[in-house]
Parts: sequence; C-alpha cells; structure tokens
Amino acid sequence: MKLTNKDILGIKELSVDEINLILDTAASFIEVSTREIKKVPTLRGKTVVNLFFEASTRTRTSFEIAGKRLSADTINISATTSSVVKGETLIDTARNLEAMNPDAIVIRHSAAGAPHMLARMVKQSIINAGDGAHEHPTQALLDMMTIKEKKGTVSGLKVAIVGDIAHSRVARSNIYGLTKMGSHVIVAGPAMMIPRDIARMGVTVYNNLAEAIKDVDIIMMLRIQLERQQQKIFPSLREYSSYFCLNRQNIKLAKEDVLVMHPGPINRGIEISPDIADGPYSIILDQVTNGVAVRMALLYLLIGGQR
Amino acid sequence: MQQKKVVMDADGIDRSLTRIAYEILEKNKGTEELCLVGIRTGGVFLAERLKKKLTSIEGVDLPVGILDITLYRDDLRLANKKPMLGKTDIPFSLDNRKVVLVDDVLFTGRTIRAAMDALIDFGRPKLIELAVLIDRGHRELPIRADFVGMNLPSSLWESVVVKLMEKNGVDEVVIEDDNQ
Repeated sequence: MKLTNKDILGIKELSVDEINLILDTAASFIEVSTREIKKVPTLRGKTVVNLFFEASTRTRTSFEIAGKRLSADTINISATTSSVVKGETLIDTARNLEAMNPDAIVIRHSAAGAPHMLARMVKQSIINAGDGAHEHPTQALLDMMTIKEKKGTVSGLKVAIVGDIAHSRVARSNIYGLTKMGSHVIVAGPAMMIPRDIARMGVTVYNNLAEAIKDVDIIMMLRIQLERQQQKIFPSLREYSSYFCLNRQNIKLAKEDVLVMHPGPINRGIEISPDIADGPYSIILDQVTNGVAVRMALLYLLIGGQR
Repeated sequence: MQQKKVVMDADGIDRSLTRIAYEILEKNKGTEELCLVGIRTGGVFLAERLKKKLTSIEGVDLPVGILDITLYRDDLRLANKKPMLGKTDIPFSLDNRKVVLVDDVLFTGRTIRAAMDALIDFGRPKLIELAVLIDRGHRELPIRADFVGMNLPSSLWESVVVKLMEKNGVDEVVIEDDNQ
C-alpha cells in the first residue's frame, strides 16, 4: 500500500485507504518523539523546503521538527525574507528552488490553488500547508489522528465544527476527511460565515451553538480571524462571543465525554473560554503533538525511498 | 510448481526455544540486567515465548521490548514497495542492560545491522546478543548469532518461512523453492 500521488494537496484527493495508511503510519511515529535521541536516519540526505508566504508558528515548526527527526535537511523560507519582496513571482521562486534539487516543498500561500499549480510545475513532492480558504490537509489528518487516538475510531461520531466556516481551510479539509471516514459532521456559525451551499458537502448546518453541539462527541472550535474584522462580516467580537463562545455552561449540552479541539492559535474568551481551553475536555495540545507525527508520516511516505 | 518442505514442526520449535532459553541463562550467568527485544514481526512472538520459558526456569519477570527496524533499513531508497511501519515499544531503559535481540530467520544480516543501530539510539546497552530460530546462511555483513535454533543451509532461490501460532495459526518452519 502506498500513496497514489507524488503530492499531498488536499483531503479531497485522498482515498479512505490512503487516509488510513497515513493515520496508521503516523501512530507508529509517535514513539520516535518520546525517545531520548529523537532522531531516526530514514530521510538522510533528503532536503525539505518549507516555503511559507503566510504567518505560521505551529505548522512551520511542526514540519521542520518532523523533517529533522527523520534526518532530512530542512530549510525555511518566509515571504518577508525572500526575493518575493523584490517582486519575484511564485513560479519563478519555485523553478529556482527546483533547480537546487530538494525532495519535497511544503508550501503555505494565501491564494487557493497555489500548491496545485506548483505540483504541476515541478517534479518534487508538494505538501499543502494551507492555501487560502481552500484546504489544510495536514491539519485535518492530525485532527483525525487525534480523534482516532482518543475515541478509537472516527466513523460513527458526531462532530460539530463551529466558527467562521466560510473562511476556514481547516473546516473544509476536516469536512472532506471526516465525512469520508464516516463521521456525522455538523457546522455552525453566524449566517455570514456559513457558505450558502455548504450542505452539499454532506454536513448539517445550524445557526446557533446550542443546537449544533447537542449530544456531539467532538467540538472543533475555529479561530475567529481577527484580521477579517475589517471586512465587517460580523458586528463585534463581543457579540460573536456572546453567541458562539464555548464555555462551561453550554458545553453541558454535548455528550458527557465530549472532546474539544482547536487548530490554534486560540483567541481566549472569544471563541473559547480559558477554562474550556485548559480544561479536562480539551485535547488541543495533543493535536499539536500528533501534528509532528502526521508530518513525519507524510514525509516518510512521499520521499522515504523511491516512488 | 512450487516445492514445499516442512523442516521443523511445532515440537521442534518448542524444543529449540527451550534449549535457547537455557543457553541464554548459561551464557549470561542468570538473568541479572537481562532483557529481550523482539524484531517485528516474527521475533516479537519468539521473544514472548522465550520470556515465558525464562520465567518458568528462573522465576523472574524479564522486560520484553518490540522493535520495528523499517526506519533504519538500508534498502528503503531502493525498495519499490514501502514496508508498512509498525510500532516500536521499548518501555524500559537499555542503559547497561544485556539485550538479547530475537528474530525468526537470520539471512543477510542486514536486518540485524539495522536493529543494532536502532538499539543504540535507545541507550547504551552493556552488550547485545542475538537469538534466532533459523540461521539460513548467506551473510552479507560480519554478523553471527549467539543462539541458534537450527542451522539450515539454503540456496538463494529458496525462501524460508517461519510460521507461528500467534500470526499464522500453526507452528512450523517451511522451506519453499521459488525457482520452479
């Protein structure tokens, strides 16, 4: 069993078998990060370029650590310190990187489809680390891995995704993945933040938090993208949080053993109250730990050995 | 047509393991600092069986670890089919321990090379010994086993398969001629 494509562009393109292969492989990688010597020689001599055109702490660090723990050489390029500020186009940047012969390029870009374009242009493996409001496949994979680790399975669970669904690549990738794996996905948020035809992706839509999280197994809170407040898609943060902040009162509507997830970075007191973020239901930091394992699994499956 | 020959049956396997257990105790003068590490997948079941035998002889509980060597293989670069990565689980420190590596078949020695590299990443064992059920020859590295169930001279066109109750539902060692 191996991956069909040379790239990981989105969850949409992955089969259920491929998702299971990635999750099982990632589960085996967890142990490497718990050793005293956190390194295996598997990707010795391979080069991974992290090309980040948008801000990131978790994803970029996670990819870098994943590459290093597999003995790959990792190089980080961020837009602000690269020739992009001199006006170089994405295609030229990519062609120049290709000429230095790395094995994989991890890219985050504000334009949806940027990784897909690169994947067609260069022979290296491209991993999408978030493209605009389109997909963030490694986040969805680490989310599914964390759910599977805690609940034993992904199928048959009720999962509520709450927040700005319209602008969220995390939501989109998770909807693709969770529905493929047999979860019942519910989305909720203010009407302005719910795409009109989202139900076509096979989800149930609610416009209030209480209905959405009733009897669910998992609540995934999305970050309110403060940078979008200028776009006036919601009246005020205070209003948003009075309707959609997950707190210790409304969480009682969910199942007793509900788990709370968040892709980070969290806005404390806006979409999630601090006592929930730090409380017993929260598996937010497990997500981060598993993120390294998922990215190790992807690098191993894509560039460990010949394809 | 493929030819199959059973070279060791359930009783044979059991007797070999019993002898190996006594040899391990003899060579190490007891069980002090001793631990077993089975190489996935066949070696894991054999390590568990050896542990039971050692426990019943000496009355002590030995730690047993599981090692997956996939990440240390020297042929990953060349392998067409990627081997499925299994879990490694060594829930104890290897520092200053006598480690008995356990595998089902010793062939080129490359698996053992990978396993030793992996073990060293977990700590600094006092020594590493190797126990195998079958030694079929054809070494490509300077490696030998300390404890051998059976020496089985074989040709390169034959494959030697150790079937175990835990995964195949039967205990036997079969030699198959793939050249037909």
